[in-house]
Amino acid sequence: MLSRIAESLFWIGRYVERADNTARILDVHFNLLLEDPWVDEPTANASLLAVMHVATNPTASRDEVMKALATDPTVASSIAGTIGAARDNARRARETISTEVWESLNTSYMQMGARSRTPRPHDFFTWVRERTAVVWGLHSAQTSRDDAWHFMELGRSLERADMIARLLMTRSLEGTTGPNWTSLLRSCSAHEAYLRTVRALVTEERAAEFLLIDRLFPRSIAYNLDKAETTLALIEPGVTRNSLTDRARLALGRARTNLEYQAIDDILADLPSQMQQVQTACSLASDLIRDRFFLPASYVVWNQEAV
Amino acid sequence: MSLDSDLTPWSGYTPAAAWDEAMEVNGTVREPYKKVYSEIDRMSGEDLQARAEAVANTYLNQGVTFDHAGEERPFPLDIVPRVVGSDEWDIISPGVAQRVKTLEAFLADVYGSQRCVTDGIVPRRLITTSQYFHRVVAGIEPMNGVRVHVAGIDLVRDQHGIWRVLEDNVRVPSGVSYVLSNRRAMSQMFSDLFGAMGVRPVLEYSQRLRAALTKAAPEGVEDPVIVVLTPGVYNSAYYEHSLLARTMGVELVEGRDLETHGGRVYMRTTAGRRRVDVIYRRVDDEYLDPVVFRPDSALGAPGIVHAARLGNVTIANAVGNGVADDKLIYTYMPELTRYYLGEDPILPNVDTWRLEEPGAREEVMDRLAELVVKPVDGAGGKGVLIGPAASASELEAARKHILESPRGWIAQPVVQLSTVPTLTPDGLEPRHVDLRPFAVNDGDDVWVLPGGLTRVALQRGQLIVNSSQGGGSKDTWVLGGVRQRGPAIAPESRVEFGGVTPVPQSAHPEDYVHGQQQMQQQQQSQSDTGEASC
Repeated sequence: MLSRIAESLFWIGRYVERADNTARILDVHFNLLLEDPWVDEPTANASLLAVMHVATNPTASRDEVMKALATDPTVASSIAGTIGAARDNARRARETISTEVWESLNTSYMQMGARSRTPRPHDFFTWVRERTAVVWGLHSAQTSRDDAWHFMELGRSLERADMIARLLMTRSLEGTTGPNWTSLLRSCSAHEAYLRTVRALVTEERAAEFLLIDRLFPRSIAYNLDKAETTLALIEPGVTRNSLTDRARLALGRARTNLEYQAIDDILADLPSQMQQVQTACSLASDLIRDRFFLPASYVVWNQEAV
Repeated sequence: MSLDSDLTPWSGYTPAAAWDEAMEVNGTVREPYKKVYSEIDRMSGEDLQARAEAVANTYLNQGVTFDHAGEERPFPLDIVPRVVGSDEWDIISPGVAQRVKTLEAFLADVYGSQRCVTDGIVPRRLITTSQYFHRVVAGIEPMNGVRVHVAGIDLVRDQHGIWRVLEDNVRVPSGVSYVLSNRRAMSQMFSDLFGAMGVRPVLEYSQRLRAALTKAAPEGVEDPVIVVLTPGVYNSAYYEHSLLARTMGVELVEGRDLETHGGRVYMRTTAGRRRVDVIYRRVDDEYLDPVVFRPDSALGAPGIVHAARLGNVTIANAVGNGVADDKLIYTYMPELTRYYLGEDPILPNVDTWRLEEPGAREEVMDRLAELVVKPVDGAGGKGVLIGPAASASELEAARKHILESPRGWIAQPVVQLSTVPTLTPDGLEPRHVDLRPFAVNDGDDVWVLPGGLTRVALQRGQLIVNSSQGGGSKDTWVLGGVRQRGPAIAPESRVEFGGVTPVPQSAHPEDYVHGQQQMQQQQQSQSDTGEASC
């Protein structure tokens, strides 16, 4: 597969997943603003923006949050911007992805403006989640399990691990008591799976454990780190030691085992910085993947003066 | 409103001065258009508009768009098809094929022994002064003798209904993707009509092109790696490049994906370098290889012309083809057909004055206001001056340009292009059209795509149809397709589908029985306790 196309696919995976998770995080956040009686709204908003790595003032209005993270297509961090970027990459990889996947991304992009003007943000977030589900559904029903599939899955699982880490960071949002674990589970569509697996009321430790290290649930951090690791092995089987791929796998494995083998109380006591470690591992792996697969091994530069 | 019921979209349609392909001057509908006419006749004006909007919407969703002032607009496809009868196609198809063979022979000659110059058919100066004559490729023998893998020959129909060649495109002719996507959209919109009329299919184009490129592969390559080279996603024809790559099942590459080592061309993949054998390039000559052409171009790859010279890679269409679609060479085409093929040209040219000849130049200068003047190397309708529509200062400027460089211009009488009914905001009206049939040359045979891109000038009276000048397009229906109906297989050889199992329905067949029992039980207990059932 062409390096340039692989890079586009990787990023389509990341962007689509990012749009979905941003919608989930915002949904929880706006709910929290409604439900928490002691909320300091401007501070909580600013704190959320910080979690999503958007530069902001110490206080921010609800409108600012909506613009920066949801509706403004000129901002890279917003859902609209993210879907736009996914669609741009799909245009570049148009001959590799299937027509239906392209059309589903393209129509989402086309309808974005109208959809984001709804008075009820919750409707918009639901729509975004549905649209991304359509993309994934079509993609998984129509793509051969070759590199085209692997690179998109790789981007998707890295992004998902990263975004869940960010979602969990909102537990320690300033200005609020933080969303409760039930709504965190719900926002990951994990509440029902949790109840079936754990068979108990939602407690902090159990819920955290479920979202951090459950081996079977597709929205736990460890599941996605593990998936990224195995996908890398599928793309480049039989790794030599200390290659770039190997280093990426190592970073991911380290982050995963760190969560798996640490006492859950210790993680909870130090949740924000633990989650930051996950994010650092994801971004390190992402950089290594770029260096290994997307950049040419050697540049042949045509130099005018040399002639 | 009762009057409206008598009105059809055709009410008020009157052919203009030119040859109208759908209707004679007296209002009789021409034979090929009869079915289309009656189908549209059944609709109301709103109905037709609604269909046109549906097409535009589909195009927007599919991404069949072009950039207009930074905004994405659907590629304009008119809802009324253009119909070409099979008898007309029997002239066009061999005519186009003959034209392509002539161009091919001419190019082989120009970059070979230049027999046509020695025999006095074409002046040497004409070739050497052509901007697109590239000496760097002289002597390169293409693998299977093909330089024009794909050609787009622009045809027009004059006042008398005669098809004429307006210009040849053998560099990177574009537009075929619109033929394919227009057909897809129109066949969904008029599905009944389609089957009834026997329209010839266009879908095989990509397979034909792929086969032709495979045949053109370097010697000894059994299963060549073919790529489509695009300038990138910002190119206005990017949609076409990606569609061709997709439908041929090959990679779409940009210049930065390619590199050359030791006279071979490779593409960069996630698994390292991969050898490339055939490049169907959609990048102009000047940008293709910074080593021999524009050194500042990043759209091509350094060294690929050298690789082609070594015979390690095939570039399609070949470099330097532009010398053949120069508009001055165009004027020699009828003679060249006789010279190379020993045949009379099937499709005539449009009469053309060569402005280098003093007599012709003088005549043109006198009649400039009634002629069309074109630059010889122009594409996309750029720089074309239509005398009757030009202002005095424009005419004066043109006069000056011609006197400065007579080699750079040709003059033609104004051809009243034929018209076809087209949906405008004021209903159906005649609009001028041309036709670009596409031909694929695989070395053994020239295949002409039955149909081609019909471009239509959307403004009343406008004669320039290029989409860069605000033109639209039409789906072109060539009649005479054979449609097999009824049983195709003799009964005795029919396959028996014995042993087909029924489609399984439910994993819990006993549920139904259970459900019945449960309901009976509930009713039983209700009547036992004497509760009223609600």
